[in-house]
Amino acid sequence: MDVLTLSRWQFAITGMFHFIFVPLTLGLSILIAYFETRYVMTNDETWLKMAKFWGKLFLINFILGIVTGITMEFQFGMNWAEYSKYVGDIFGAPLAIEATVAFFLESVFIGVWVFGWDKISKKMHAISIWIVAVATNLSALWILLANGWMQHPVGYHLVTNTAGQVRAEMIDFAAMLVNPYGLIKFAHTVTSGYVVAAFFVMGISAWHLVRRNEMTFFKRSFRVASIFGLVACLLVAVTGDFHGVEIAKTQPTKLAAMEAVWETQRGVSLSLIQFPDVDNERNSIAWLNIPNLASFLAVRDANGEIKGLKDFPKELRPPVLPTFWSFRIMVAMGMFMTLISILGVYLSGEKDFEKYKLFLTVVLFSLPLPYIAGQLGWIVAEVGRQPWIVYGVLKTSDAVSKSISTVQVVGSLLGFTLLYGGLAVIDIYLLAKYSRKGP
Amino acid sequence: MELQITWFILWSVLWAVYFMLDGFVLGTGMLAGVLGKSDMEKRILVNSVGPVWNGNEVWLITAGGATFAAFPTTYALMFSYLYTALLLLLFALIIRGVAFEFRGKVDNPSWKLSSDVAIILSGFVPALLFGVAFGNIFEGLPMDGSGYHGSFLALLNPYGLVTGVLFVLLFAVHGALYASVKTSGELSSRARRMAGNLWIPLLIVAVIFLGYTKFATRLYDNYFKWPVLLLIPVIAVAALIAVKYFTVKDAMFKAFASSCVTIVFVTFTGVAGLFPSLIPSSIDPAYNLTIFNSSSSQYTLAIMTAVAVIFVPIVIAYKVWVYRVFRARVDEKEVLSNSEAY
Repeated sequence: MDVLTLSRWQFAITGMFHFIFVPLTLGLSILIAYFETRYVMTNDETWLKMAKFWGKLFLINFILGIVTGITMEFQFGMNWAEYSKYVGDIFGAPLAIEATVAFFLESVFIGVWVFGWDKISKKMHAISIWIVAVATNLSALWILLANGWMQHPVGYHLVTNTAGQVRAEMIDFAAMLVNPYGLIKFAHTVTSGYVVAAFFVMGISAWHLVRRNEMTFFKRSFRVASIFGLVACLLVAVTGDFHGVEIAKTQPTKLAAMEAVWETQRGVSLSLIQFPDVDNERNSIAWLNIPNLASFLAVRDANGEIKGLKDFPKELRPPVLPTFWSFRIMVAMGMFMTLISILGVYLSGEKDFEKYKLFLTVVLFSLPLPYIAGQLGWIVAEVGRQPWIVYGVLKTSDAVSKSISTVQVVGSLLGFTLLYGGLAVIDIYLLAKYSRKGP
Repeated sequence: MELQITWFILWSVLWAVYFMLDGFVLGTGMLAGVLGKSDMEKRILVNSVGPVWNGNEVWLITAGGATFAAFPTTYALMFSYLYTALLLLLFALIIRGVAFEFRGKVDNPSWKLSSDVAIILSGFVPALLFGVAFGNIFEGLPMDGSGYHGSFLALLNPYGLVTGVLFVLLFAVHGALYASVKTSGELSSRARRMAGNLWIPLLIVAVIFLGYTKFATRLYDNYFKWPVLLLIPVIAVAALIAVKYFTVKDAMFKAFASSCVTIVFVTFTGVAGLFPSLIPSSIDPAYNLTIFNSSSSQYTLAIMTAVAVIFVPIVIAYKVWVYRVFRARVDEKEVLSNSEAY
């Protein structure tokens, strides 16, 4: 394998590993802030116990999100130096702003929250976790605006310097801030994080409810999480729908791969069961067609045109199968999770709700689903953008560092795999240990 | 003033503040094994940096992000040329955060022992690597029009290692002073004695560094050109002497403050000599990466300047508040009373 392939794998592995921890942080910080606010308002100790118990699990998760995030910032320079040179004038800004505006807040106030129980007033303590929650989401905004720019570059022009080197320079900062691709991606990503947090709280609560531990505590946790989860599921669906429209406007190759549309046509139907056959550039199976639905979803016009993959040279198409299947499975999972949260809200309204053991078991085993759906979403976003690193502007193959050797990247990839593998084992062990222990 | 010069100053300040703030976390970490005689003393040391280490580390992220945004070519080449060194740094910082956070989560001697080893190593390794990296940047990296001709082992040259040892000792003294200010009783006096003892090798290495710099680098050229810059190393040396003076007088907070000044001005001493380069080429000055040939456009620099002018004071304001909230010394009672403590 060459430096390019290895660097791709490394970025994918470290990015996906980082994104195991980020979504839970995004949502659980809000839930904990809510619990603690209720405690401050009512003085009801159960709310305090909830903030502390879920807070402990939050912190075990949070630290891994923090430390694996540094890797992401470093890798742009380490492995993707040509990319950094080419787009640093634009791409560096949101990263630096993220650190200055959001990451400082988050990191400083999490320290205040953990160590400040007896040092500041109850109100100030609750405000600290709200600051963490807002800062975490703000941090995601800057990162996703940066990613949104890679997906749909705006507000730049290409400049050639005296040495004949070309690079992209920013001419309109505001355009990047209101880049529709970045904003809808932000909305879709953070709400999917809320689903992760909801299922995390529901799943662990379900485990305890089946065992009849701390019933008041876990019923209340489940109740709040299921409502939060249902709202989040619906928001994920709505934002996902609008995200699709944005993709159709800006990244026709990604859209065609997501839907496995080969021929350019109007009024494209959506097949519920579909198997793409990449070698023959067609779909070997396309059953249960809903007429015009794909066109309607993508371009808001039942007779709208979707460009087919065959309209693009093979070297400009993304890998179809990973994009297609990731998208399909993600959507299916999203629907299933919405169903679970509807049932969750409905059933948790009942007093002796712990009697639904089968449902609670299903909820427990659904805990990993939003995690997987989130990872699949990133596969659609990143694999679906290939061969471009910045869509239409710079190819991934032209972005990799020139000065690094295969041996170096093999070493780092191996190092990351071992280190992250070890961290994953420790993290799961600690989460399981403290989840079981209860409040 | 040209924006590149503004950003050169901001860039230096970000690194200096990072070294000043994370320096005591790294120093406390590497000394945790010798200063903390019992498990409780080690816990007290880890908890003394507990509320602030994460916020301090963000200065590094910001320094990296600022390099990316203001000097993208330098960011790209520095990070890819120093690939292996940065990788080791990254691993050490990852392990450090996890070891702090998880040390107290399992009650088992071998878990504690491996956490302690991790904390000591992840204090020592970054300090050494930062020193080695900056030493090599002061010397210049072997780069020309065709790229980079160095290797990780070549970074470990005598001058790089002297700078590495300088950073290790600076941070060790800094960490010991912090520990003496933030703890009480026997642990605090032990930390004070440690700072006093480490000060002597630190002074020796600092003198070697200043002399060696004359032969290994071109840093002093700027000082001949603008003698007023000599104030920077003079302040650094004066502050270093003040560290010892206040340690002997048992005025530990003043000693720690002097150590802060020392670290900031040692950083400035090196960086002022680099100007206008960020990374000089050891092959031919024509290939120096300077603030002019590696910077972002004026437009981006202007936006970033606005962000920095607005938000850095806000960051400093709430960080000062946090240091005030957690100004008390950490003791056994406090560690045991907080179920979330490390």
